[in-house]
Amino acid sequence: MAEDALIVKGLTKIFNKHLVAVDHVDFTVKKGEIFGFLGPNGAGKTTTINILITIMRPTEGSAVVCNHDIMKDATGVRDCIGVVPQEYTADEDLTGYENVILCADLYGVPRDESKKRAGELLELVELTKFKDKQVATYSGGMRRRLELACGLINRPHVFFLDEPTLGLDVQTRAATWNYIKLLKKQFGMTIFMTTHYLEEADMLCDRVAIIDHGKIIVTGAPNDLKESLGGDIMTLSIQDGKEDVSDLIKKVPKVKEVKKQDGTYRIKVEDGEETAPTIIDAVRAEGHKVTRLSLTKPTLDEVYLEYTGRSIREEEESKEGFAAQRMTMRRARGQRAMGGH
Amino acid sequence: MTKNNNNSKNPLHGLWALTNRDLKKWYKNPVILLLGIIQPIIWMGLLGKAMNLGAIFTSNSISFPQINPPLLPQQQIQIGQWLSSVAASTMKNTFGTADYFSYMAVGMMSFVVMFTAMFSGMSMVFDRRLGFLNKVLSTPVARGSILLAKIFSAVIRALVQATIVLGIAYMLGLSVGADFTLLNLLGVYAALFLISMGLSSIFILIAIRSTRQETQMAVVNLLNLPLMFASNALFPASLMPEWLQTITKINPVTYATDATRQLILYTIDMHQLAIDFLFLGAFAVISSAIGILLSWRYLSK
Repeated sequence: MAEDALIVKGLTKIFNKHLVAVDHVDFTVKKGEIFGFLGPNGAGKTTTINILITIMRPTEGSAVVCNHDIMKDATGVRDCIGVVPQEYTADEDLTGYENVILCADLYGVPRDESKKRAGELLELVELTKFKDKQVATYSGGMRRRLELACGLINRPHVFFLDEPTLGLDVQTRAATWNYIKLLKKQFGMTIFMTTHYLEEADMLCDRVAIIDHGKIIVTGAPNDLKESLGGDIMTLSIQDGKEDVSDLIKKVPKVKEVKKQDGTYRIKVEDGEETAPTIIDAVRAEGHKVTRLSLTKPTLDEVYLEYTGRSIREEEESKEGFAAQRMTMRRARGQRAMGGH
Repeated sequence: MTKNNNNSKNPLHGLWALTNRDLKKWYKNPVILLLGIIQPIIWMGLLGKAMNLGAIFTSNSISFPQINPPLLPQQQIQIGQWLSSVAASTMKNTFGTADYFSYMAVGMMSFVVMFTAMFSGMSMVFDRRLGFLNKVLSTPVARGSILLAKIFSAVIRALVQATIVLGIAYMLGLSVGADFTLLNLLGVYAALFLISMGLSSIFILIAIRSTRQETQMAVVNLLNLPLMFASNALFPASLMPEWLQTITKINPVTYATDATRQLILYTIDMHQLAIDFLFLGAFAVISSAIGILLSWRYLSK
C-alpha cells in the first residue's frame, strides 16, 4: 500500500444526472512512476484530474493520494500535490517571480524558504532573466515553464500535469518534455499526466492508461502495449475493392488478423518485412491489383486504434484548431454541472 | 528526494497573499483606480453643484405678483431677506446642512463604497474563468480565506477611494460641521469599513459559482439604482412616500450615509448613531459569515 502514490477505485463523475464523464475508473500509480492518461478530448481526463486534486467531488468511488483520502482529508491531499493545469493560470498583471511567491504563500511555505526555492525553480526552468517581467509579456512556452515552477514550489510528492504541452509548437513541446524529465530526475516525485499526444505518452510515461468515453480501456507500459499487438501492422488497398479478400489474406502464414476498414485492409502480421511479399503474391494470384501498401512497426497510435477502433490522430486534427471552442465547451459543462446540484 | 511538507502553517495562511494580489492588480493599474473614483466625482461635480436647491427660495428666483398697492422697494428687500432665511432654515431642516452639495458629497462616499463592492464580484468571476481559482482551490488555502481575501481587498480599495472622494469634495467646497474632529474621521472609516464588508460579501457570494461576467453585470445593474435611490444618499428618506421609506429602512446604504453625515456634517445624535453602527455591524458580520460558510460548500464543483 505504502508503495502506491495514487489508488483510485470506481471513480465516477456524472454531470447533470446523465452526462457520464468518468465511468468507474480503477487504477493505481506506484511511487516515483510517470503515469499517463491517454485519450481524445472529452474522454474524461481533465475531470479525473480535477477530482484527484480535490477541486471537484466525485459522484461515486474513492481515491487515495499519497495516503490521504480525497474526500475525508482533502487538505492533506492538497498539501502533498502540485498541479499544472491545462490553462495558463498565472496572473498576467504580476511578474513571474511574484507569481511563484504567491503560489508559495498559498502552500504556506515560510518566506525565507520560498525565496530560496523560487530562485532555484526559476533558474531550473530558465526564467531567471525574465522573473521581474510581467507575465503578460511571456510567450506560451515561458508561461508553461512558469506553471511548472509554481506547481513545484511546495516540493510535491505527486505532481499533476494536465495536457502539459497543449497548444505548444513542436520545438517548445520537446523542450517542455526535457524540463519534465529533468524535474522528475531532480525531485524524484510521482507524476500523473494527461495527454492526447501519442509521442508524449510514449516518450515520458512509464505506464499509460488509454481512456475513452470515461472508461479505461487498457493499462500498461507503452512498450508492453505495443508488443501486445503481437506483430507489425500492414495496411493494404486493392483496386476495385468491392470484393472482400480478407479470407484470402488470412490463409497466408504468419498473418494473425485481418480487418477491413473503408476499403483498406488492416493486417496484423509477424515478421512484416518477410511476410508482406507473400501477401501481395497471394492477392495478385487471385487477379487483384494492389494499389497501396504500408508496413509499420506498432506505435501507441496502433494500440489506440486496436483498442478503440478509431485513430486518435483523426480526432486530434479536428481538435487542434478548436482550442478556444473546447475551452468554451468545458466552461459550458461547468455551467451545466452547476445546475445539476 | 521529496522532503516532508511540514511547513509551519496557521489557518489563515495565504489570506494576505491573495488579498495583496488583488490589491497589486489594482494599484499597478492606475486606470482602474481612476475609473473607480471618476464616476462619483462626476456625480458630485455635476449633480451636487447643479442641484443648487438653496437658490430656489431666494428673492432672485421668486417673482413678486402684481399687487395693489405695489410693494415699495424697501418692502421687497425685506421680503427677500425673510425668504432667504426661510430658505436657509428649510435647507437646514430638510438636509441638515445649508448646502445640498455637502449633503450629497458625503452620500457619494457610500456610493463609491457601494460601487467597489459591486465590482468585487467580477474579479471572482474572472478568477474562475481564467482558471486561477481552480489553481488556488488545489492548494491547502482555507476556502474561507479565498472569500475573505476578496472581501478585504474590496474593503481596502473602497476605503482608499472614499478617502480620495472626500478629499476632492473638500476641495470643491464641502463644509464640515462645527463639531468635526479627526476622531470623527475614524468613525467614518469604521462605518465605511462595515458597509463595504457587508456589501462586498453579498456581491462576491452572488459571483461564487458564476462563470459569466454578463450575469454578474446584470445583477450589478439591477441592484445599483435601488440601492442608490432607495436610500438617503441623495435625498432625505423622511420626505419619501411611505412604501419607499420602508425600503430605505432596510437598505444598509441609508445607515452608512446617516452615520457618515452625522460624523462629518451634523451635531451627533448618539442614539441614532448607535443604531446606525449596530445595523451596519450586524449587516457586515451576518453577510460575511454566510459568505464564508457557503464558500466551503460552493467554491468546488
